[in-house]
Amino acid sequence: MDFQLSDDQRALRAGARELLAGRFGRDRMRAALDSGTGLDRALWRELGEAGFFALRLPEAQGGVGLGLPEAVLLFEEAGRSLLPGPLIATHLAAGAVKGAAEGGAVVAALDAGQPVGHLGDADGLLLLGPGQARAVTAGQMLRDAVRDCAEPVRSLDPLTPLWRVTGPFGPGEPLPGGGARLRDEGALLAAAEQLGSAARTTEMAVQHAGEREQFGSPIGSFQAVKHLCAGMLVRAELARSAVYAAAVTADRAEIAGAKLLADDAAVRNARDCLQVHGGMGFTWEADVHLHLKRAWLRSGQWLTAAAAEEALAADLC
Amino acid sequence: MDLAYTEAEEEFRAGLREWLAAVLPSLPAKPGPDDWPGRRAYDTTWQRMLYDAGYAGLHWPVDAGGRGATPSQHLIFLEETEKAGAPYVGANFVGLLHAGPTIAAEGSAGQRARWLPPVLRGDEIWCQGFSEPEAGSDLASLRTRAVRDGDHYVVSGQKIWTSHAEVADWCELLVRTDPGAPRHRGISWLAMEMDAPGVTVRPLRTLAGSTEFAEMFLDEVRVPVSHRVGAENDGWRVTMVTLSFERGTAFVGEVVACRRTLAALAAGARANGRWDDPVLRRRLGRLNAEFRALWRLTQWNVSEAQRSGGVPGAGGSVFKLRYSHARQELYEAAAEVLGADSGDLDREWVLDRLSSLSYTIAAGTSQIQRNIVAERILGLPKGR
Repeated sequence: MDFQLSDDQRALRAGARELLAGRFGRDRMRAALDSGTGLDRALWRELGEAGFFALRLPEAQGGVGLGLPEAVLLFEEAGRSLLPGPLIATHLAAGAVKGAAEGGAVVAALDAGQPVGHLGDADGLLLLGPGQARAVTAGQMLRDAVRDCAEPVRSLDPLTPLWRVTGPFGPGEPLPGGGARLRDEGALLAAAEQLGSAARTTEMAVQHAGEREQFGSPIGSFQAVKHLCAGMLVRAELARSAVYAAAVTADRAEIAGAKLLADDAAVRNARDCLQVHGGMGFTWEADVHLHLKRAWLRSGQWLTAAAAEEALAADLC
Repeated sequence: MDLAYTEAEEEFRAGLREWLAAVLPSLPAKPGPDDWPGRRAYDTTWQRMLYDAGYAGLHWPVDAGGRGATPSQHLIFLEETEKAGAPYVGANFVGLLHAGPTIAAEGSAGQRARWLPPVLRGDEIWCQGFSEPEAGSDLASLRTRAVRDGDHYVVSGQKIWTSHAEVADWCELLVRTDPGAPRHRGISWLAMEMDAPGVTVRPLRTLAGSTEFAEMFLDEVRVPVSHRVGAENDGWRVTMVTLSFERGTAFVGEVVACRRTLAALAAGARANGRWDDPVLRRRLGRLNAEFRALWRLTQWNVSEAQRSGGVPGAGGSVFKLRYSHARQELYEAAAEVLGADSGDLDREWVLDRLSSLSYTIAAGTSQIQRNIVAERILGLPKGR
């Protein structure tokens, strides 16, 4: 047993972090926030070229041929950098929806009863049913359906435009593996994004606590602040073990546990990071609210806490 | 990332499993919690069985009499012994996990030859004389004095929270040998015989009604200078070696035990109808996530230690913080499963609920662990 990242996995993670720092650094993220326009198609294509979407497609199909553990490392980096867009749905659609693997198509996901992120930008749509999953791939049919059967919602997360779906969305074509596999993989990748966010807000809090002085000392020397930061690290590291193990085993109960703990880590760490930042943390200018808002949205997507807990309870029997 | 064990590791597991199945039925019945001589006999019998089969001191270095097993093998050992319902390390805890490794790392050749084999054979029991009434978490402020008199130290003071003091042969004792030095610098590490004149042990009764530990009064106890491990006044550094062992793998077997308890709680809840309560059911589901993740975190820490040469790092504090809380939560959930029976001390889990109150205090309080995480891992400044 060697439950540590391999050299190749470390290199992959470092490469992804470098790519995102170069193409979606803080300035770009804030510019995207201010402009409020749709997805950056050029960036989407670059992610495609870097293998973000085709990572798990076999090489024979033009993919990179890697597995869930590597995908988890990429999505962790995406979560760190607050990269917007329906990354998970497009990744899951690679090979099934034309253009998804290369980053030429944007694919959103519709889960019954849930608002849909980035529907207005979508070229394809995954329909997640209880048993099977289907894909709507005809662009014109999708645009007609969006016009007739969906309306925009004022989104909690300014970088994730949301749409409420009011009617049926066409038949679509069945996807291999069905709904259960897609849901499990989607939940795992969402957990990876939450993990990246939780680790990032821990770093932000620790950096601020080391620099900000009050009463003549860095606030990080006060036990009350120190203990908040320690709690953040513990949550993030427990979630990391759970997410990585779930990626290796692809076991349903492990994935449910990973999503539950990663949701918890992302939401609570963002809240504690905000607290450590004091009044600054409550401003639009600080990034912490963006992490919290995204973490809240992700908590309700792919697998909710209630569903995860029920699945984990059933696993005990 | 690879969670599969190697062929050699699986072979080791298979051999261990076979041996456990063969020998466990011959183990005598477990004595009651207050039967100290009985507990000592039970724990040392088990240690002798391990020794005879070649499993004693599995993770100790070969030149200290151990098997030099990898951290992965140690993990398998703890997992399999727990699964088989084998005894815990019990009264051998300090000897095998504290004093032994410290002597192996810091002792002279003569000290290693004198003290290590009896620990491995189960012939001698050690206890820990670190904490004092005025020096618990703030260990460096300890006041027990040792004054040099020829070839001896004359030791006077008081120790507390000393587990197994009633039946121990030796005590790893921290004493102040230079009262004038800065507080971390004037401390020495001594091996004290428990039957030496001047040693008085008084059991302390815990809130669970048991006598888990004792206080120890030292009145001009003479300890040979040759029983000092490490240099005079260098005991703090020696102690830090000891503590890194304590937090490394001490709780591994207990995570396996917690997972078994959780499964038993689910079965109990289904039997008495409490399972139909979705709030309780979801609570048990969340605990399943916690203990699964704690097991994975253990594997992560063990793999990290294996890569870095076997010394447990501050990751043990990350583990202990979450584990101690989760284990308390486990017994809170047990009380919900028991319902009205949670007031009956003879019911399973009720005494465990009381005992679990110590987890966030013993072996470094959660507050101290948070300081360790914040300062040593996150690099936040020292302060108050």
